[in-house]
Amino acid sequence: MSVDTNTVKRIASLARIAITDDEAGRLAPELGNILGWIEQLGEVDTSGVEPMTAVIPNHLRLRDDVVNADPLTGGGIRDALMTNAPQGEHGFFAVPKVIE
Amino acid sequence: MSEYRIQGATGEWEVVIGLEVHAQVTSEAKLFSGAATAFGAEPNTQVSLVDAAMPGMLPVPNRECIRQAVRTGMAIDAAINRWSRFDRKNYFYADLPQGYQISQLYHPLVGEGHLDISPDEKNPDATKRIGVERIHVEQDAGKLMHDQHPTRSYVDLNRSGVALMEIVSRPDMASPAEAGAYLRKLRAILRYVGSCDGNMEEGSMRADVNVSVRRAGEELGTRTETKNVNSVRFVMAAIEHEANRQVDVIEGGGRVVQETRLFDPDKGVTRSMRSKEDAHDYRYFPDPDLLPLELDEAFLEDCRASLPELPDAKRARYEGMGITPYNAGVLTAEVETARWFDALLEAGAAPAQAANWVSSELFGALNRMGKGIEDSPVAPAQAAELLSLVADGTLSGSLAKQVFEVMLDTGQSPAAIVEERGLKQTSDTGAIEAVIADVLAKNPGQLDQYRGGKQALFGFFVGQTMKAMGGKANPAVVNDLLKKALG
Amino acid sequence: MTELTDLGIAAIRDGVRDGTFSARDVATAFNEKVSAAKALNAFLVETPEHALAAADAADAARAAGKTLGPLAGVPIGMKDLFCTKDVATTASSHILEGFVPPYESTVSQNLWNAGAGMLGKLNMDQFAMGSSNETSFFGNVISPWRRNDGGHAPLAPGGSSGGSSSAVAARLCPGATGTDTGGSIRQPAAFTGISGIKPTYGRCSRWGTIAFASSLDQAGPMARDVTDCAIMLGAMAGFDPKDATSLDLDVPAWDRELSSDLKGKRVGIPKEYRVDGMPQEIEALWQQGVDWLRDAGAEIVEVSLPHTKYALPAYYIIAPAEASSNLARYDGVRYGLRDLPDGANLQDMYAATRADGFGDEVKRRIMIGTYVLSAGFYDAYYTQAQKVRALIARDFDRAWEACDLLLAPTAPSAAFALGEKSADPIAMYLNDVFTVPSSLAGLPAMSVPGGLDAQGLPLGLQIIGRALDEQGVLDAGLAIEERAGFTARPEAWW
Ligand SMILES: [Mg+2]
Ligand SMILES: [Zn+2]
Repeated sequence: MSVDTNTVKRIASLARIAITDDEAGRLAPELGNILGWIEQLGEVDTSGVEPMTAVIPNHLRLRDDVVNADPLTGGGIRDALMTNAPQGEHGFFAVPKVIE
Repeated sequence: MSEYRIQGATGEWEVVIGLEVHAQVTSEAKLFSGAATAFGAEPNTQVSLVDAAMPGMLPVPNRECIRQAVRTGMAIDAAINRWSRFDRKNYFYADLPQGYQISQLYHPLVGEGHLDISPDEKNPDATKRIGVERIHVEQDAGKLMHDQHPTRSYVDLNRSGVALMEIVSRPDMASPAEAGAYLRKLRAILRYVGSCDGNMEEGSMRADVNVSVRRAGEELGTRTETKNVNSVRFVMAAIEHEANRQVDVIEGGGRVVQETRLFDPDKGVTRSMRSKEDAHDYRYFPDPDLLPLELDEAFLEDCRASLPELPDAKRARYEGMGITPYNAGVLTAEVETARWFDALLEAGAAPAQAANWVSSELFGALNRMGKGIEDSPVAPAQAAELLSLVADGTLSGSLAKQVFEVMLDTGQSPAAIVEERGLKQTSDTGAIEAVIADVLAKNPGQLDQYRGGKQALFGFFVGQTMKAMGGKANPAVVNDLLKKALG
Repeated sequence: MTELTDLGIAAIRDGVRDGTFSARDVATAFNEKVSAAKALNAFLVETPEHALAAADAADAARAAGKTLGPLAGVPIGMKDLFCTKDVATTASSHILEGFVPPYESTVSQNLWNAGAGMLGKLNMDQFAMGSSNETSFFGNVISPWRRNDGGHAPLAPGGSSGGSSSAVAARLCPGATGTDTGGSIRQPAAFTGISGIKPTYGRCSRWGTIAFASSLDQAGPMARDVTDCAIMLGAMAGFDPKDATSLDLDVPAWDRELSSDLKGKRVGIPKEYRVDGMPQEIEALWQQGVDWLRDAGAEIVEVSLPHTKYALPAYYIIAPAEASSNLARYDGVRYGLRDLPDGANLQDMYAATRADGFGDEVKRRIMIGTYVLSAGFYDAYYTQAQKVRALIARDFDRAWEACDLLLAPTAPSAAFALGEKSADPIAMYLNDVFTVPSSLAGLPAMSVPGGLDAQGLPLGLQIIGRALDEQGVLDAGLAIEERAGFTARPEAWW
């Protein structure tokens, strides 16, 4: 499997990881190797096989519609929420201006 | 059925419209966290660790949100999928803390359904069926504020994680009017069901508008998607503008580009939305934090049993009671009106008469006061009493109007008003005959003219008699007695 | 007299309960060991006051005649993947440097509720991605073990729970938490001569544990012996309504039910695990394990897990795919590192932050995951991998018709020297060849030390059980432990 540097750049851009041309050049054969190794999965006959959905037989539990039933998953915790913010202003998280 | 065409320089064009409506599910807590959903809170105060995507946080779905989406599906006769699952839609944006939206792509909760629209309000029985492809449940994003700082945007995550239903129509609409009717109908159904408050100003309902144009009978053209249009009027305007723009592009020798656009309500135009341009590869895959959602028969039965009578059924029922199709349409268009009217019928009012009274007298009064029916100062039981006083002859139409005005002012019951102000209509023939005799005696000139053949003066005598009786005489009795007296 | 730090979890628990020594003395002794072992680089943060506070609570409870929790007075190490309230938590990454969670993970909270105290946060492979502990932003963890060749080549403690394995093996703590996504508890346990169990997927809540690959991540204990693992797992596990994949089941009394009598048990030997190039010593140890289990009363049968060969490639699609999405939240907006080059817009900020904040291995896996999920590749890679995963799970289901447990080596080699494999990602990935299949199937599996290789380095044996049969796995582990008599320990050079 060969991966070219343009593909590497496209994937890096999708993943929002800045890379230089050099890095893309270095990563291309490396990713190509790994993807090539992975591709042996194509040998497996999976016709009629359903993809795994639950690792262990289990069904999705639903929770009741109650606000702040558990403080760990409830709201009203702005200060705690923002203590780690790189840039918090007036109760907002600030980011470089976005033009829509 | 739609006659809507765009007259281009080179001929006529048809418009093909599909709508993806995002409707906020009515729930106390968010779809995957226990934070509140109430509108208008201080920024970031209704945000849990889960909604802010702090490291190690996990989603657990809210049963009520699933229930409301299922009920909505049932209300549009849709297939409910007993097995569905959540997928992640991956993209980076400041209003999306996880870097993905939990949504449903491959296995939505609700499959094919439909609703019938009435594009012509005057003729609500002329309907067109619009297909609904699916309804899926997903998380809302947060909100970005761009106007608070010269170089920064501010992120408020209060909406982040609120449950939405994405209701995806088939491209079955052919005019702005049909799209408008679809939105109004959908909104009405959501509000009847109680699954969404339909409040477009607060963003509880937004539409992504897919528009393409084609010459009559030709293949579908390339479509554009205009995002997040938040009123029926704007949706219609956006379609109008976008369809005309596409015709201009094609007739000018260009090609319509498949893209995401924004509607500018101030200018009434759509424009390309560059910020979303490279986000097309969403890398959907099943959310590994969540198991498949499996619904059992008891859950579905509970959803089914809790559905109210829906607008179409109610309208048919009203028409069956002798209410005109127009009135039936008006009375069922909004759930509050229908609820109020049902209470009026419940209190014993005669359907046709009540329907007329509500759509003229009550609506007129509420309009004047700038109030919705849910804030009507007159309760259905009081209105039923008023109507019964008219029906049994206690009040004439004009007396009823007077009584109603007092009811609106004071909130008193009509019987008390009639009693207190002596507004009762009289059918006392002796008293009326005495007044008639007096009127004829005072107007000899008119009497001569009438007897000389000027029949139109009959009304004059009626008016004079009623006036002399202070408006309280039963008009039918006055008519009878006057005819006799005039010979 | 034995040092307090030579005691394991059960011995400390009993000694505190019986008043043989105070919990404070235990905590103090371990705190001193931790602060003196900087050369191992096992701890990222030391929290002696946390350990002392828990110890004092245990001593006070005892003095007041109260019933003590199952881990009262036991100080432990906490892998830095678990969010700990008011204590820096980084997953050994630069992107989370300085992050102080305002919340406690369910697993760590469960441990504190059981009376345990925290000695500190343990170094690990960045975001749990690695098998040698060479991907931490904060430097390699060094294994306390050395080869008996007189050279002092620093060895890998295994990964990703390498801080945990190194600390337990060096007697810096009697037990530590680990997490296992594809072998990250078992392989480091094997490399350092300790025991570790990954329970059934869903036994331990994932809430508050920094996610690597959601459908695979499971927390588990790493300790000196099987009994200690059973005690600690009992405290860590349990239903958590905050985790939709948590199993709503009672936690069995694994430690009290422990029995090394395997009469009536059938142990399967998966023939596909006999891979080319497996060192003879590992082959021999495996045979020795078979004999030990037979001696404990088990019947030995050969079984086939035909899709074993495809487990690693399937894992290297599924885990990176999930990781690429799970790690999207590290964007410099709400917490953690932010790189904002001059004139950068929002998307530039993301790209700069993530380029700077993630290490090479993390980036490599995010890139692979992004690639396999991208338009046009999803079915060929991801869907196919999930189908193969279903086949792997079916292989196990069929094996359970013939046996109750499986015995295999934990890793294909003993600990290697740092730097030896870091240049070749695939060679590194092959470390997990024996641990990944059971991870994909969500099964409980544990590693126990079996012996030393010719270089004097520990080798581990792995037992895999049916879903929810942690008891069977622990019992077989105990049977091996009793027969292996593994007492070797690294000489304290640090
Ligand atoms: Mg959409
Ligand atoms: Zn949507």
